[in-house]
Amino acid sequence: MKIYNANKIIPGLIIFLGLITFPMWYNMGKAAPPPEIKFDTPVIQQMAVKQCVLPKADMRTGHMQLLNEWRTQVVRNGYRTYVAADGKEYNMSLQNECIKCHSNKTQFCDQCHVYAGLQLGSVPYCWTCHIAPKEAK
Amino acid sequence: MGIKFSLLVVAALIAVVFLGVKVVGMYYVFGVIIPYLAILTFVGGFVYRIMNWARSPVPFVIPTTAGQQYSFPWIKQNKLDNPSTTAGVIGRMALEVLLFRSLFRNSKVELRDGPKLTYQWEKWLWLAGLLFHWSFLIIFIRHLRFFTEPVPGFVHLADTLDGILQVGLPGIYLTDGLILATVTYLFIRRVVIPQMKYISLPADYFPLFLILALATSGILMRYFIRVDLLKVKELAMGLASFHPTVPEGIGVMFFIHFFLVCTLFAYFPFSKLMHLGGVFLSPTRNMPNDSRMVRHVNPWDYPVKVHTYEEYEDHFREKMIEAGLPVEKE
Ligand code: HEC
Ligand code: HEC
Ligand code: HEC
Ligand code: HEM
Repeated sequence: MKIYNANKIIPGLIIFLGLITFPMWYNMGKAAPPPEIKFDTPVIQQMAVKQCVLPKADMRTGHMQLLNEWRTQVVRNGYRTYVAADGKEYNMSLQNECIKCHSNKTQFCDQCHVYAGLQLGSVPYCWTCHIAPKEAK
Repeated sequence: MGIKFSLLVVAALIAVVFLGVKVVGMYYVFGVIIPYLAILTFVGGFVYRIMNWARSPVPFVIPTTAGQQYSFPWIKQNKLDNPSTTAGVIGRMALEVLLFRSLFRNSKVELRDGPKLTYQWEKWLWLAGLLFHWSFLIIFIRHLRFFTEPVPGFVHLADTLDGILQVGLPGIYLTDGLILATVTYLFIRRVVIPQMKYISLPADYFPLFLILALATSGILMRYFIRVDLLKVKELAMGLASFHPTVPEGIGVMFFIHFFLVCTLFAYFPFSKLMHLGGVFLSPTRNMPNDSRMVRHVNPWDYPVKVHTYEEYEDHFREKMIEAGLPVEKE
């Protein structure tokens, strides 16, 4: 059967298909495995039991919620000590506590965040105010 | 009736994926096979529907659109509402698609005591509809961060603007609140206005509930029942690059969200959601009002054998001259 206005409809359809399949040609068939994150900082290497504030799985998905809680506790309530489930005490601070152990911010925090597609520039924006650790590039 | 049925279907979909993943462990089915089938159905169905529409002839020019048409030079034409050129048509279409211009003209008619007929401005549907569609688009664009590596700049831009409030961690997005509020409005509107309720079918409720469930599951996943986003991205990148893998340990919340998306995509070409493509093929939106400049030939016209006056004169010229009748060519 005849196709009417094919000179407009077919290019339009091709543009639409091009847009909707964007991820398929943008990556050009390259899979991107998640980054290898590094724990080889001096502080972590000296730890007998290598553990984070929360169990690893909880940290992995929920560290921003923990940071949010810490921030509220410090900035609004004035408490600075966090007692973990196993009784260990932590100073509720982004740049003094997390970064004490994870002093390799660009190899650790940023690796994940760039891969997860958080806003570029100051992945995340916290570091526009908080002081990022000095690292040998 | 339609409401209960649609709710039941959405609930059943969620139950299916929950049982399928949690109990049976069909990660590969819900993580790879169904998504690929859904996207194939979407693309194939979409092309089929559009080509089907492209085969339907447009018998007449449909010039009855609002605004002054092209006329004498001293009468001002409304170039966007009643265009006579291709550029004008593109302008009208852009306004329609990007700003829902014809919905902006929506009004409410009521018969009051008196009896009096009243017309009222009714902008809520326009506002909710527009906010809903833009939120959906922005959410869609933001989601490309899972499907691209490196993540392109416009995705970051959408992310930054949408998260501009920087409230809480993970930061709230404007579009998350907007999409929930507007879909809820669009649903309530169908239920409380009697005429709307009367004409609403399961095909109207189902997409609303599906999108509501989709957005709710996404929001739950982001703020409450968190999943490992790195693994989600690994899965998504695998799909986009045709090296599918299903990393272990992604929460079931993700599979619910993902299955609802697949349902939406697979359902799309067979539903009213096809207005995405259909709006571009609407004759009242895409035809210039140039019926006095260009002849529109009805494709349905039967090829009638005509005998023009010139042919008639050629045929009878001598006889006409003999009879003293005037002729155009001597
Ligand atoms: C006492 C040192 C220490 C402190 C303080 C600390 N971490 Fe950790 N962190 C670790 C260690 C060690 C691991 C690896 C845990 C494991 O392998 O079980 C880890 C793991 C993690 C992970 C998971 C990485 C993965 O592989 O999934 C994240 C995310 C993380 N930390 C973020 C933070 C944040 C955010 C803070 C501040 C709130 C913080 N850490 C504070 C030592 C620390
Ligand atoms: C506008 C600047 C600014 C930005 C952006 C910012 N903070 Fe802060 N933050 C502060 C200030 C000021 C304090 C108070 C410091 C204190 O009292 O020790 C603080 C305190 C904190 C604390 C507790 C104290 C400490 O030493 O860390 C946490 C945790 C924290 N912020 C987390 C974050 C996180 C996470 C982000 C990014 C999402 C962020 N902040 C972004 C200014 C900022
Ligand atoms: C295992 C990977 C991983 C590591 C390591 C990691 N993060 Fe994250 N982080 C994420 C992911 C994924 C998100 C995105 C959450 C989302 O978009 O819902 C995130 C989000 C955040 C956010 C919230 C940002 C926002 O705008 O919502 C903060 C703050 C944050 N991370 C801080 C840190 C800090 C500080 C470190 C290093 C000590 C760190 N993260 C290490 C994976 C990681
Ligand atoms: C067009 C269809 C989709 C809609 C309308 C939709 C909607 C949403 C919404 C409203 C959220 C809440 C957070 C946010 O706004 O980012 C969300 C989160 C999420 N969606 Fe979707 N989604 C869709 C498709 C997908 C697809 C195809 C995937 C598969 C990768 C996916 C994976 C996720 C994940 C992992 C989150 C959590 C994000 C986070 O924690 O930051 N979504 N979705």
